Amino acid sequence: MRPTLVWHPVCPLERLQPERGAAALLGDRQVALFHTHDGTVHAIGNIDPFSGAAVLSRGIVGDRGGVPMVASPVYKQAFSLLDGRCLDDPDTAVPWYPVRISDGRVEVGVRVGIPVTAS
Amino acid sequence: MTRHLVVVGHGMVGHRLVESLRARDTTGDWRITVLGEEAHPAYDRVALSSYVDGKTAEELALGGHDDELVQVRLGDPVVALDRDIRRVTTASGSTLRYDALVLATGSTPFVPPVPGRDLPGCFVYRTLDDLDAIKAAAAATIARPGPGRRSAVVVGGGLLGLEAARAMRLLGLSPQVVEIAPRLLPVQVDEGGGVLLRTLVEAQGLAVRCGVSVAGIERDGDRLLARLSDGVELDADLVVFSAGIRAADALARASGLPVGERGGVLVDQRCRTADENVWAVGECAALEGRTYGLVAPGYAMAEVVTDRLLGGAATMAAAELDMSTRLKLLGVDVASFGDAHASTEGALEVVVDDPVAGSYAKLVVSRPGTGAPTLLGGIFVGDASKYAALRPLVGSPLPADPVAMIAPGGVELGADALPDAAQICSCNAVTKGAIRTAIAAGAHDVPAIKACTRAGTSCGSCVPMLKTLLTQSGVEVSKALCEHFAHSRAELFEIIAGAGIRTFSELVERHGTGRGCDVCKPAVASILASLGTGHVLAGEQAALQDTNDHFLANLQRNGTYSVVPRIPGGEVTPAGLIAIGEVARDFGLYTKITGGQRIDLFGARVEQLPAIWKRLVDAGFESGHAYGKALRTVKSCVGTTWCRYGVQDSVGLAIALELRYRGLRSPHKIKSGVSGCARECAEARSKDFGVIATENGWNLYVGGNGGFTPRHADLLVTDVDTETLVRIIDRFLMFYVRTADRLQRTAAWIEAIDGGLDHLRAVIVEDSLGICADLEAAMAAHVAGYSDEWAGVLADEEKLARFVSFVNAPDAPDPTVSFVSERGQPVPVPVGMPELVR
Ligand code: SRM
Ligand SMILES: Cc1cc2nc3c(=O)[nH]c(=O)nc-3n(C[C@H](O)[C@H](O)[C@H](O)COP(=O)(O)OP(=O)(O)OC[C@H]3O[C@@H](n4cnc5c(N)ncnc54)[C@H](O)[C@@H]3O)c2cc1C
Ligand code: SF4
Ligand code: FES
Repeated sequence: MRPTLVWHPVCPLERLQPERGAAALLGDRQVALFHTHDGTVHAIGNIDPFSGAAVLSRGIVGDRGGVPMVASPVYKQAFSLLDGRCLDDPDTAVPWYPVRISDGRVEVGVRVGIPVTAS
Repeated sequence: MTRHLVVVGHGMVGHRLVESLRARDTTGDWRITVLGEEAHPAYDRVALSSYVDGKTAEELALGGHDDELVQVRLGDPVVALDRDIRRVTTASGSTLRYDALVLATGSTPFVPPVPGRDLPGCFVYRTLDDLDAIKAAAAATIARPGPGRRSAVVVGGGLLGLEAARAMRLLGLSPQVVEIAPRLLPVQVDEGGGVLLRTLVEAQGLAVRCGVSVAGIERDGDRLLARLSDGVELDADLVVFSAGIRAADALARASGLPVGERGGVLVDQRCRTADENVWAVGECAALEGRTYGLVAPGYAMAEVVTDRLLGGAATMAAAELDMSTRLKLLGVDVASFGDAHASTEGALEVVVDDPVAGSYAKLVVSRPGTGAPTLLGGIFVGDASKYAALRPLVGSPLPADPVAMIAPGGVELGADALPDAAQICSCNAVTKGAIRTAIAAGAHDVPAIKACTRAGTSCGSCVPMLKTLLTQSGVEVSKALCEHFAHSRAELFEIIAGAGIRTFSELVERHGTGRGCDVCKPAVASILASLGTGHVLAGEQAALQDTNDHFLANLQRNGTYSVVPRIPGGEVTPAGLIAIGEVARDFGLYTKITGGQRIDLFGARVEQLPAIWKRLVDAGFESGHAYGKALRTVKSCVGTTWCRYGVQDSVGLAIALELRYRGLRSPHKIKSGVSGCARECAEARSKDFGVIATENGWNLYVGGNGGFTPRHADLLVTDVDTETLVRIIDRFLMFYVRTADRLQRTAAWIEAIDGGLDHLRAVIVEDSLGICADLEAAMAAHVAGYSDEWAGVLADEEKLARFVSFVNAPDAPDPTVSFVSERGQPVPVPVGMPELVR
C-alpha cells in the first residue's frame, strides 16, 4: 500500500503567534507548529526525544547559521524546522510534517499507511 | 618488567610525583603504591585557609589518580623502613616491598616547648583535620553564652601565622598575633616593609605584638590565658601555633639515613638520599642541606625524581630555586622575591617608601660597573602590582632606572620587556616562552593555558600576566553573546538603553544578524524588562521569553509546571496557608516547602495555570518570580520580635526589601537574606546580598551564593542605618543589572570586575564614577512601575488565550501527563521515552 498524505485542519493562521510555537493534537499525535519571521509555518513532532516530555512547541524559535530552529525548553538542544533533525546530535531527529495554508487555515499533512518508497 | 614504586605521603608533592610519573612513563615501567597518613586524598594545602572561607574538602582535592597502575592507601602511615630488604611497614601492620621508595612526608608544625601547649583549646594549622578541629572549637566558643568578643592568640607572625589570624577572624574570633621577631613576616620582609605591614594589618583590626614570645599557657575558667615573655597576659578562647615547621624526617632518621643539620632527609642534586633506592621530595627533603617550605621547589624535585626513575639525568641545584612569594594578607598585598635581604656581596638597595599612600617598594640590584644594574630581588608591601613584571627579570639587566621602576607614576613594565626564558609562573616553573608556544598552538584563554602548561594552577598570582600575554599575542577573547550578536550583554544593555530600542526585531536588524536564538532572546528580554518596557508578555516580548517566563511558572520534567506564590520574608498568615492548601487540594497539586522559605505547588498543566492563579491572586498572593532571572526570595530569621538574641527587626526589613525589589529582572537570579544577629540563622552570607543586624544598624554583605560553587558574601559596609542600607543595595543591584554578563551571578560578576570588591565599593559607596544618582533613579523607577505579572495576565484575554496545551483543542489536557500517588501526594509517572527516528 502506498502511503497517503492526509491533511488535518488545525487553526486559523492568526492564532499562531509570530516566532513562537503552539502544539496541536491530531488524533493521538502531538505536533508542534511554528510561525517563523518570514511568514512560513513549520510542523515537527512535539515530543522532545531527550526528556520524553511533550514540550517542543514551547521552546524558543530562532535560527542557527540561517537554519530555522527551535530550542527544546528542557535541555536546550536545537531542532531544525526544515526536517526535524537535531542540530546538536546528528543521530537524533523528531518527525517532520508538511504544512499548507488553505483559506487562511493552517493544515498539517500526516502520512498514513506503510511507506514502501521514500518520498 | 614492571617495578614497584612506593611513595610515602600523599601531600601536594607526592601527588605531583605520581601525576608526572604516570604522564611520562608511557610504557608502564612503574607500578605505584602511595601510602598516606591523612585520611584525605591529596589536597591543595596552599589554599588550605579557604576551607574556613567557603571551600569544601572536595573542592580542595587535587584529584584522584584514575589509573590501574596507581594504588592509594590512606589513613595508614608508614611506621618503619627496612632498607636492607627494601620493605616498609604501616601502622596497621601491613608490609610492602619496593624497588624504589620516595619519601614525600612533608613537614609537621613546630610547637615551641611552652608549658600548657597541650591544653584543650591549643591547635596547629596544617591539615584539613586541624582546621576541622579549629572550626568546631570556634563554633563552640561562640555559642557559649556570656558577653564579650571571643578571641584567639596566634603564635607566629610569619606567612602561616597571618593566614591563621585571618582564618580566626573569618570564624568570628578576634585574633592577636604574637611574633618573636621584631617584625611581621621576618623572612620575606625587611624592617622598612615590616613597619608599614604592621600599620596596614593593624588598621584591619588585627592586634600585633612583635619582639615577644609566649612563655606559658594556663587554663582560666572555660578560657585560656597566654602569658607573654614581657609579662603581659592575654585572654584567649583558642591558641593557634603557627610558629614554623620541621621536616617530617623521622622515618629516614630511624632507618639510619643521614639528615640535614636543621632537619630534613639529605638528598643530592638528583634528589636521592644516601640509599640509591630511596629518594626524598618536597618539604621533608634537605637539598644541599637546606629544606624548603614552599610548594614550587617540591614540584621541581618531583620532576627530577620522575626523570631519574625513567632513566633520565635531571638534576637541580639549590641556587636555582625561586623562593619568591606574593600574597594578599588581610587585604594587604605583600611580595618578596630573589635576594630580598640584599645578602649578595656588594648589593645595593633602592627604596621607595610612601607611608601616606601605604606602599613600600624595594629593589635589590648589583652595583653597576658599566651598563645597567642587574636585578637581584625585591620587596613590595601595600601595592605589589609591579611584582609580576619584575620578578621574572631577576638576573637580567634592568631596562630602566631602578627608582623609576618602582616609583608611583614611573615606568610601566609590560610583558614584552621579558625575555622568553623568564619564568612567569614560579609555582610550576613555566617560562614566558612555554606560554607563548601554548598560545600559538591554540590555547586562547586562561583555562586553556592552565590546562596545557599548568601555569596559574597553584597560587594564581601569575594569572594577570597570562592575560597580558594573551592580549599581546593578539588573541581576541570573544565576548560575543552568540552567533547573532558580537556584543556582550553589558554592551547590548548600553545600546538598548542609549538608543531607546524597544523590540528585539529592531535590535537584531540594526545590530545583529539572523533571527536570534535561545541565548540572545531571553537575554534581550531581560534587558528590556529591566528597562521597564511593560508586561513581559506584551507584544513581541512574549516570543523572546524562555518557557518559564512565557507561562510565568517553572517547567518540570514531565512538561507540567510549578507555581510559587511570593511569601515575602517567609512570613505567611494562617489564612494564607489555608488558601494555598485549598488551591493545592482542589487542583491536585504536590506541595513542598522550598529551600527559599516559601511553598511550591507542582504538577499544574498549562491550561490550569490561569484558574490556579485566579484563586491565589484573590487570596492576596502575587507572582513569586521563581521562573524569572529576577529577585527570588529575601529569607529572614524571626529577629527581635521573638528571638531573645535578636538586635534588629530582621523580618520587617526582609519583607521591605523583597517588596522593593520584587519583579526586578537581572542577568541571573538574585537572592537575599536578613539575619537578626550574628548567629546568622537566615544564612544571609550565602546570598547575592545579605544583611546581618548589628547593635548599631546593619552590615551588608555582597556576592554570596550556594549552587555549584558555594561562596560566602563579602562585607561591603558596616553598621549602616536602614536608609543608607537600602540606598546602597539599590545601587548595587542596578549596577549589577547594567554591567554583568548573561547568567553571571553577583559573585562571578564581582570577581570579574577589575579591582574586584574594592572597585565595587568605590563605585557604589563612594560614587567614584558619579553614577549613583542615576542608579538610584533607575531603581526608583522600577519600584514605582512594579505590578504583579500574574494579575496582568488574568486581566488580559489575549494573554490568557495562550494558556492552552493545544491550539486546536483548548480544553484537552496533554495525554502524556499522568500521576501516581506517593506519600499521599501526586507525583509524575515518568514520561515514556519515545522511539527516536533515526
Ligand atoms: C524549588 C527549589 C527546591 C526546593 O524544593 O526547595 C529549587 C528548584 C530549582 N532550582 Fe534551585 N531551588 C530552590 C532553592 C535553591 C537554593 C536555596 C535558596 O534559595 O536559599 C539554592 C542555593 C542558593 C543560591 O541560589 O545561591 C538553589 C540553587 C540553584 C541553582 C544554582 C545557582 C548557582 O548560582 O550555582 C540552580 C541552577 C541555575 O539557576 O542555573 C537552581 C535551579 C533550580 C531549578 C530552576 C532547576 C530547573 O531549571 O528546573 C529548579 C526548579 C524550580 C521549580 O520551581 O521548578 N537552583 N536553589 C527551591 C525554590 C526556592 C524558592 O522558593 O524560590
Ligand atoms: C596554611 C598553609 C598555607 C600555605 N601557603 C603556601 C603558599 O602560599 N605558597 C607555597 O608555596 N606554599 C604554601 N604552603 C606550604 C605548602 O603547602 C607545602 O610546601 C606543600 O604542601 C609541601 O608538599 P609536601 O608534599 O612536601 O608536604 P605535604 O603537603 O605536607 O604532604 C605530606 C603528606 O605526607 C603525610 N605523611 C607524613 N608522614 C607520613 C608517614 N610516615 N606515612 C604516610 N604519610 C605520611 C602527611 O600526612 C601529609 O599528608 C602553605 C602551607 C600551609 C599549611
Ligand atoms: S539570627 Fe535571628 S533567629 Fe538567629 S539568633 Fe539571631 S535573631 Fe535569633
Ligand atoms: S605563580 Fe603560582 S600559580 Fe603561577
